[in-house]
Amino acid sequence: MEETPARREFLVELLKLPCSAALVSVLGPVTDAEASAAKEGAEAVGEHYYGMGIQVDKCIGCGRCVEACKSENDVLREPFYFRTWVERYVVHSDGKVTVDSPNGGIQGFEAPEEERDILRSFFVPKLCNHCDRPPCVQVCPVGATFKSRDGVVLVDADYCIGCRYCIQACPYGARYLDPRTKVADKCTFCYHRITKGLLPACVEACPTQARIFGDLKAMSSPLRRMMRMSSLQVLKPALNTEPKVFYSTLDKEVR
Amino acid sequence: MEEHFEKLASILSQVTGFIYPNELEAHWGLLIVIYPYITGLVAGAFILASLEKVFRVKEVEPTYRLALLTALAFLIVAPLPLLAHLGHPERSFEIFLTPHLQSAMAMFGFVYAWYLMVVLLLEIWFEYRADVVGWSRQERGLRKWLHWVFTLGSRDVSPEAVAFDRKAVRTITLIGIPSAFILHGYVGFIFGSIKANPWWSSVLIPIVFLFSAIVSGISLVLLLYYVTSLVRGRAPSMQCLDKLGGFLLYTLILDLSLEVLDFTHRLYESEESIHILSELIYSKLFMSLTIVQLLIGTLGPILVLALVRSSTLPDELRRVAYVIAAMLVQVGIFSTRWNVVIGGQLFSKSLRGLTVYKVEIGGAEGVLVGLAFLILPFLILYALVKILPPWEEARPVEAGVSGMTATK
Repeated sequence: MEETPARREFLVELLKLPCSAALVSVLGPVTDAEASAAKEGAEAVGEHYYGMGIQVDKCIGCGRCVEACKSENDVLREPFYFRTWVERYVVHSDGKVTVDSPNGGIQGFEAPEEERDILRSFFVPKLCNHCDRPPCVQVCPVGATFKSRDGVVLVDADYCIGCRYCIQACPYGARYLDPRTKVADKCTFCYHRITKGLLPACVEACPTQARIFGDLKAMSSPLRRMMRMSSLQVLKPALNTEPKVFYSTLDKEVR
Repeated sequence: MEEHFEKLASILSQVTGFIYPNELEAHWGLLIVIYPYITGLVAGAFILASLEKVFRVKEVEPTYRLALLTALAFLIVAPLPLLAHLGHPERSFEIFLTPHLQSAMAMFGFVYAWYLMVVLLLEIWFEYRADVVGWSRQERGLRKWLHWVFTLGSRDVSPEAVAFDRKAVRTITLIGIPSAFILHGYVGFIFGSIKANPWWSSVLIPIVFLFSAIVSGISLVLLLYYVTSLVRGRAPSMQCLDKLGGFLLYTLILDLSLEVLDFTHRLYESEESIHILSELIYSKLFMSLTIVQLLIGTLGPILVLALVRSSTLPDELRRVAYVIAAMLVQVGIFSTRWNVVIGGQLFSKSLRGLTVYKVEIGGAEGVLVGLAFLILPFLILYALVKILPPWEEARPVEAGVSGMTATK
């Protein structure tokens, strides 16, 4: 963080040099999304490193986050396309586990008919984990999917060739091919909102604050507090993707 | 788009267990099955061709030029199913212009260009050059013109020049063998390196791909050699067929051993994915894996070839047996590709459920388009054989030109 002004000064000096534009593009390509965010000027790109905390025991499975996400991001309404969804886990007394997510949980969940043999049950909101070591970014043949400097994994829809390798490489099923644009699509942490200092739509809509969004660099923030006060888990840690979506009180049955 | 949604809705009703909601659609369909099938044939045909040049296996000499042309015909078609499958084929050149160097898929352009330009085209050019000079001297009209262009102005057929051609062919073949390994091993790596998918993620996958490629290439050239001999009214060399049959048997056994090793290893390690993968094998893949790939496509031809080689059958019967074995192998290898590509998308990465894949007849990625991509290489091969006849009797009769490969 301390180095930023010096780096900025260096870049300003560099701009005065002939051919500097080409050099700047070599040093660090500024993406369209980043550029437009910087133009609007609310939040400087690169000063933050975004992440999300999910408190599993607070989720009531109402599906408002799914609805908010679909409305905010113009996600197709058909039940095969989700940037975020909610899963319900029911662990029965005999150890059997049933999982469901009817239409991504957008209309909530119907109560189970027989409750007596249920050992425990809970809801788990899912979304892109914005991995620090994202396998989707690794496999993209043209670099259309990339990790922004503020740690958000994005897709350049004007560059994606629609090969779907990233969809295969994502261990979390967080990506889909939008049949309208024929390019890969996924959660952006509502990049258009967070770069203006707003919260992602799902976080804003959550009635129980099960989702906490924030800057992992900020020392005092609700996200940091949650990370300090809870024991944290991530999904599929053995794959070494280093997710930036952190779960508290996550059950062993969740994959 | 409505039609697409209806199809997905019908798949949704057939899902068993739990899958992530975005996982309903198998994103890599029939065309992506055809892609490794075709590149496998390219690599296999080339490796067969190299047997004669590098390892001096004299018996398979009649298939050398045919194998080279077969590899070229299939290599020309190899990228087409990929291109047809892209959401934005018009942006595909970005793979060449701005490749993302960490991506295995981005290497496609380089591997393909290297193999096409440096290996196949160059080897074919050196191999045929002296003959083509002879043809262009004897012919008239379009054929003369075509052959004249093929020589690229290099019309020296002195013994020194022909000896240089021979040396060049051998050197290119030496480079070509690892290149063929890279070409198909790379295709295996595209799947084998996906850690998110336990069906694909295996260090053995590129090796299994390679050996199945060699198996498929040998069997295809065997079939083509047999059919073209019949069409030309000539008896195929039994020595050659016996040798090809032998190689086919040994590579099949190697291929099967690798597959069994992979299977045993997974079963013994018994990681968390083992339950869903067992369910996959016993339900969705039972027909295509156990019956078609293993019984019909692998054990069947091994049995036929082993029986033929351990008995003294008359030539006619042996030939028929080889052809049957080679055809079974093709069916088996196609289902191998199917089981890898489609099988890897039928289970959820939540390891809790299975989905289905519905192949369409029409449509951009349907059976008809797939068939077109499988037939196209044979049409190209037909044209190549017309322009560059691979047969011994088609060689020009001029002194000092003929017998370049035959007299070694």
